[in-house]
Amino acid sequence: MSELSSLDNDQPLLVAEGLAKNYGRLAACRDVSFALYPGEVLAIVGESGSGKSTLLQLLSAQLAPSAGHVAYRMRDGVLRDLAELGEAERRFLFRTDWGFVHQDPAQGLRMGVSAGANVGERLMAVGWNHYGRIRDTASTWLERVEIDVGRIDDAPKTYSGGMRQRLQIARNLVTEPRLVFMDEPTGGLDVSVQARLLDLMRNLVSELGLAAIVVTHDLAVARLLSHRVMVMKGGRVIETGLTDQVLDDPREPYTQLLVSSILPP
Amino acid sequence: MTAMIELANAEKTFTMHLQGGVELPVVRGVSFHADPGECVVLSGPSGAGKSSILKMIFGNYRCDSGRIGIRHHGKVVDLATAEPRQVLSIRRSTIGYVSQFLRAVPRVATIDVVAEPLIVNGVAREEARERAGGLLRRLNIPERLWTLPPSTFSGGEQQRVNIARGFISDLPILLLDEPTASLDAANRAVVVELIAEKKTKGVAMVAIVHDDEIRHLIADRIVDVTSFAAAA
Repeated sequence: MSELSSLDNDQPLLVAEGLAKNYGRLAACRDVSFALYPGEVLAIVGESGSGKSTLLQLLSAQLAPSAGHVAYRMRDGVLRDLAELGEAERRFLFRTDWGFVHQDPAQGLRMGVSAGANVGERLMAVGWNHYGRIRDTASTWLERVEIDVGRIDDAPKTYSGGMRQRLQIARNLVTEPRLVFMDEPTGGLDVSVQARLLDLMRNLVSELGLAAIVVTHDLAVARLLSHRVMVMKGGRVIETGLTDQVLDDPREPYTQLLVSSILPP
Repeated sequence: MTAMIELANAEKTFTMHLQGGVELPVVRGVSFHADPGECVVLSGPSGAGKSSILKMIFGNYRCDSGRIGIRHHGKVVDLATAEPRQVLSIRRSTIGYVSQFLRAVPRVATIDVVAEPLIVNGVAREEARERAGGLLRRLNIPERLWTLPPSTFSGGEQQRVNIARGFISDLPILLLDEPTASLDAANRAVVVELIAEKKTKGVAMVAIVHDDEIRHLIADRIVDVTSFAAAA
């Protein structure tokens, strides 16, 4: 079982040390350190302005830190500082080994081209060139994310919000990444659509043994998807631990406030 | 230690920051053990801290001081200080927890809800489903319901699905939080049988049961939780 072997793996996939980001006098992110292991899902929770999205951008090399560094274990097993990667290695990470699921699918998809092309494009970027195979793989992935294969030639601008988000997930997972970053993946969706998407993501993450870092302000998303959680406030990580432990037995005043603010179902 | 579980002076206090930092002591000086093949029943009135102790042994509640020794893969791990990854590993291959309520995942078929603990431990899907079906049948869940998600079931049916999910695995430790609470006599008897079978397989269990008759049938030892009362 990939999930089992990857969870028992003792070497971290990604290591953050003393990460900080300042915008002028504003410290958006301060002194964040943690290690993420293969197959592990980490949720970063906190309200708007807590620094969680900044942290996600630092971790995924979209933003350069003011201090500290992020290291990632490349497929050759060597842990490398992201700031020191060459252009080819960076491209490999962005196009193959990582996925990035945006809150707004329009940011992660090309809205005007067909769904099949949206998925196939990631494959072509890593050198696939057989049209039939690309189309077959794209169809398989549409099925896996529960999109009717009959819609493969339609552009995502004709899709509903939930379908777009599922298509974005297919586009990201088709290259079999080892790490997926997700920024409020269920953010703009109706509650019923959210439940379906969460269930789908939960299954895919465990079947593929993916590691994931999920930014969310929704504690229910954290509970359903993640193994571990980091609570952020004012740019700092104020509490961290097993997800059910932090949510059922929160220790910090702010975490207690967050947990007590959930409306009972 | 040869015990599967050994608590020594475990202590738990809740600090309620939203209520002006009120300290709510739950238990202190919790010390007992459970050997392989033994069912230890926690007794005491509601609010004595029985469920909190069970949650501490599962790593769901943090332990403020003391020790919670768990025999995991032949070695003793102190759950009170274990890393999250270790706790997850312990939950996957050592400790099972049967809560009072099923935390159902929407849209997953009952048979798969039950089979899941086996599948994550590497048992083939077919075999896992077969064993899941066997347990559901014993617990009188009609076969026509197996493909439906349990979220639509009655309370008693959900609890039986939960019990099947808890008892399906071959984990050496089981924690049972009122496993018979909303069951009829026939299904209570099935649960008593399942517990007896686990004992013959050497599983160590810690249980909470309010029903005196059931307690009498399953308990090898009773630990009185009122002796761990934390004076406020």
